Amino acid sequence: MSQSDWRTYKPVLIPPVDNLHEIEVYRKQGGYEALKSVLTDKKRWADPKSVVDEVKAANIRGRGGAGFNAGLKWSFMPPADGGPRYLACNGDESEPGTFKDRKIFEYNPHLFIEGAVIAAYAMEITTIYVYIRGEYRPFIEMMRKAVQDAYKNGMLGKNILKSNFSVDMVVASGAGAYICGEETSMLESIEGKRGYPRVKPPFPAQKGLWGRPTTINNIETLSCVPLVIRNGADWFSSIGAKNHPGPLLYGISGHVNRPGVYELPSGVPVLELIEEVAGGMRNGKKLKAIIPGGSSTPILRADQLDGVTMDSDSLRTAGSMLGTSGMVVMDEDTDIVEVLWRISHFYHHESCGQCTPCRDGTGWLEKILLKIRNGDGETRDLDLLLDVTTQMEGRTICALADAAAWPVRYTITRFRDEFEARCKKSVHALV
Amino acid sequence: MTYEFTKEDLDRIESIKKEYPEVKATTLQVLWVAQDRFGHVDADVQRLVAATLELPEAHVHGVASFYTQYYKQKMGKHVLDVCTCLSCQLCGGYDILNHLEKKLGIKAGETTKDGMFSLQQVECLGACGYAPMLQVTNGEFVNHLTEEKVDHLLDKLRNGEDPEHEMMEMPLRKQKENP
Ligand SMILES: Cc1cc2nc3c(=O)[nH]c(=O)nc-3n(C[C@H](O)[C@H](O)[C@H](O)COP(=O)(O)O)c2cc1C
Ligand code: SF4
Repeated sequence: MSQSDWRTYKPVLIPPVDNLHEIEVYRKQGGYEALKSVLTDKKRWADPKSVVDEVKAANIRGRGGAGFNAGLKWSFMPPADGGPRYLACNGDESEPGTFKDRKIFEYNPHLFIEGAVIAAYAMEITTIYVYIRGEYRPFIEMMRKAVQDAYKNGMLGKNILKSNFSVDMVVASGAGAYICGEETSMLESIEGKRGYPRVKPPFPAQKGLWGRPTTINNIETLSCVPLVIRNGADWFSSIGAKNHPGPLLYGISGHVNRPGVYELPSGVPVLELIEEVAGGMRNGKKLKAIIPGGSSTPILRADQLDGVTMDSDSLRTAGSMLGTSGMVVMDEDTDIVEVLWRISHFYHHESCGQCTPCRDGTGWLEKILLKIRNGDGETRDLDLLLDVTTQMEGRTICALADAAAWPVRYTITRFRDEFEARCKKSVHALV
Repeated sequence: MTYEFTKEDLDRIESIKKEYPEVKATTLQVLWVAQDRFGHVDADVQRLVAATLELPEAHVHGVASFYTQYYKQKMGKHVLDVCTCLSCQLCGGYDILNHLEKKLGIKAGETTKDGMFSLQQVECLGACGYAPMLQVTNGEFVNHLTEEKVDHLLDKLRNGEDPEHEMMEMPLRKQKENP
């Protein structure tokens, strides 16, 4: 059966199997067979590079938001020199609207562990750090238990599955800071410091954790890896949208009847996702807008959604991005000014403060939006806001400034009338 | 006040040190050990952590102050972190916060006189599909809040019961089983 039709799709990342989080159950379902194949089937997998090539061919686009081909990223690691090399797994999951990786921690942690170990073999990694946001304490404890079980079963540690490959896995807890989801900030945090993003270059593949080669991948990205190894790159790339293939965890929240995380092929039409998967709009209200993939992705009005599917190409054409595929749905009663002010408050609160355009820019955005929200704004403040976003975009160490600027730019452009209705006419002369 | 780690804490710290190539990297994790033990990491606890790890106090303080989950002062017995960010905002997070403020007679950022509850307004906790929600003392998430559910939670906590872990549904399975 084609895994491309979402109506008949069978979940593979979080399949409905009871107690799948237990290693015995996972193994009964064929778990850790992909790892075994990679480590022992020399005919199929001649060397680590053959694994990198397969993953590259599958085109797993990074599920952390940037959508970069995972295998291609792996190929950037320099040749091994006998020193330590790291894989840092990004489970920071703090972008508003995003709540998908926790499903893997809770329901299928061994799929992720297996994927991370295969990645470690492919890149000749010596230690894997799994960084999980501190607020996910219950899930951190579940992950720590799963890691212990994997050690006990010989899937982690020395001579995994009796091969010569050894790797360790450490679960590191964050402590409350959205910025630590930015990859270099996460590295600083794993190193026990404040999460200040690093200037790139050098890129983490050259100088990552403790100055050593490091690759960063999202939890869901790595969880796709065993599926690719088990079923082949062709199987994976035939699922869902052509340029952004594979299973995808859709987090749907806001004004729908059945919010939650749904695993479906990539590229499901937005309106079907709302109407059929998430049970339609709450209280029979009309759809006003969606934010497709986390709070930083540009908002789309209901009238912009005809034929739009949840994949990078379609969303780009529509004027937004797939981001983390955490979709926030808003009904006709939503006060867009209030929503944008709250988003700006978030980014101001989370700016690490290293770069002036971001530290001051996010502050100004919030301040001006607060003024408009309180009815004291003037129409020209809207242009001032757009001007501030221009001063922020692309001028900072990390992309948080852009993430803060985009929602302001696009929400004002796409809902200008609602903002103007809240503003007084500009009456004061400019001096 | 002077604080001391127990033998058990020190063992935990030793095993954490083995997970990292250098001691500095253990700072966040050891601050957690300290907060689990003392309920906060005020200036004195930060000094203890610095002394235990033989790291500069300025470093430990810098880290403790950067991350929002470390309590830099003594808090109530239960800390209620109410999310008001995006999806929670849309689904009534501010109403829940308002209800709690009235119910507890304090504002967000304050602690009740009996030291039982601290109330905080927080940013996205990664539970957007289960909005509105709150987290109890950096631990369990309490989802799909209504005023009744909040009242019930307060009673439970006052009676010394912990909130249980709410398994959030795997929606597809539900769908498949009851089409
Ligand atoms: C401000 C900011 C926050 C981010 N937060 C996260 C996050 O919580 N989780 C995540 O996986 N990636 C996050 N990212 C993206 C990471 O920097 C990185 O691209 C990603 O973890 C790489 O993994 P992937 O290629 O598998 O997606 C964030 C980026 C920025 C700029
Ligand atoms: S862009 Fe903002 S968050 Fe990123 S490094 Fe600069 S100040 Fe920090």
